[in-house]
Amino acid sequence: MIALLLRDLRLAVRAGGGFGLGLAFFLIVIVLVPFGVGPQSDLLTAIAPGIFWVASLLAALLSLDRIFALDFEDGSLTLLATSPLPLEGVGLIKALAHWVTTGLPLTVAAPALGFMLVLAPEAYSYLLLSLLLGTPALSMIGTFGAALTVGLRRGGLLLSVLVLPLYIPTLIYGAEAVRRGAEGLDPSGALILLGGITAGTFAILPFATAAVLRINLR
Amino acid sequence: MSIWKYANPTKFMGWTAPVLPWLFGLAALCLGVGLVWGFFFTPDDFRQGATVKIIYLHVPAALMAINAWIMMLVASLIWYIRRHHVSALAARAAAPIGMVMTLIALFTGAIWGKPIWGTYWEFDPRLTSFLILFLFYLGYMALWEAIEDPDTAADLTSVLCMVGSIFAILSRYAVLFWGQGLHQGASLSLDKEENVADVFWVPLLVCMAGFVLLFIALVLMRTRTEVRARQIRALENRARAQNA
Amino acid sequence: MPDLGKYAFEVLMAYGVSIAMLLALVLVSWRRATRVRAQWEKIKKNG
Repeated sequence: MIALLLRDLRLAVRAGGGFGLGLAFFLIVIVLVPFGVGPQSDLLTAIAPGIFWVASLLAALLSLDRIFALDFEDGSLTLLATSPLPLEGVGLIKALAHWVTTGLPLTVAAPALGFMLVLAPEAYSYLLLSLLLGTPALSMIGTFGAALTVGLRRGGLLLSVLVLPLYIPTLIYGAEAVRRGAEGLDPSGALILLGGITAGTFAILPFATAAVLRINLR
Repeated sequence: MSIWKYANPTKFMGWTAPVLPWLFGLAALCLGVGLVWGFFFTPDDFRQGATVKIIYLHVPAALMAINAWIMMLVASLIWYIRRHHVSALAARAAAPIGMVMTLIALFTGAIWGKPIWGTYWEFDPRLTSFLILFLFYLGYMALWEAIEDPDTAADLTSVLCMVGSIFAILSRYAVLFWGQGLHQGASLSLDKEENVADVFWVPLLVCMAGFVLLFIALVLMRTRTEVRARQIRALENRARAQNA
Repeated sequence: MPDLGKYAFEVLMAYGVSIAMLLALVLVSWRRATRVRAQWEKIKKNG
């Protein structure tokens, strides 16, 4: 399992796009927002938590279709399916690799970008914490969506239609936690529920991913 | 003797053919009576005026929007566990109907909300849940359309329906997190105290029966179409195989 | 015609659009049903 994780990470780094592209996309979205809504700092402060979460959602979405596509095309996915490694484990590892290449860099970079959107000073720690808790769920849900559409030629657009509604609970709790943190309220409830969603997706979705992969490889 | 034998495609085509006209007739009768009764012969509410008449469309449509998804979930489970083809096709047939019901509920709600709450749209938990439900219907239908092989499509959509159900419920409670919105709680419950007055309740019941019957009739008709389409496909594939 | 008061537009709009949507749904389902049925019978006849 660890070998597979390392292999996926190495491939992502070598392909160049994997690590940098999601992060660059996230950066550009964040930087573009002030151009769109204008430079009033109190307005930006108010919408910053939501923008950060929507941007990380889109950045995660961007690299989803690559999770299984390459392995499917060159046949290594079939090899993985016949290997002693359970397919559930493969799904889990793929999600983890996706998180390490997109979710983790986002999480680290987000507080550094906070000043672009005049984020309230109290909110920085909660932004970091909520992204740390929430982005794994984004990767796991996305892996399930990628497994659903792996056999399709033009799966990219369909993938986003399928996955974005599933992102709604994560988005609501994540953005709410940061917003409450920014307003000086107690965000622990939202953070606990966010963590619960992440734990729940990791408990259920590897099995759904494996089931879907088996159907697609049939 | 078991209930499952009615799910055999040939049997299914057999028993639905005579039932279908009756169902459509009954649905039209209930809807006609209920809507005419509601529209012409019920008094105005003393606070909401004539807008209360929208309830005869809004509540049954909202009811069916949720029930259609539940029916799809049950049909998906039956397909996934027992592999009855009719079940998978029924789930597919129900999705567009559920989507239209969701749209009607959203639309009538918006029209009703404008004079009463002063806004067409508000990110209130109930309204938002329906918007999310609408997105789920879209995704489900898009996946059916995208996949060539019918069995693979049935399998994948049934898994999507199950996972989607979990996330739909999660979203339902996540939006509650924003706090109570404008929409009132359940207007229909077994508790007499909370219920709407009888003058509105009886025609509303007729309308709900009409919507349920219409839904069943439409699902059966669309499922019959899907069964035929599947048979056409199979016959064409066989003909192509023989020619090759 | 009952007196709908100042909400006539809202109520009529809600009824009109909802009934139109229901009718459109029935019509689309029915048209597809007849078309597929015709194709099915043609194939059955030709063997």
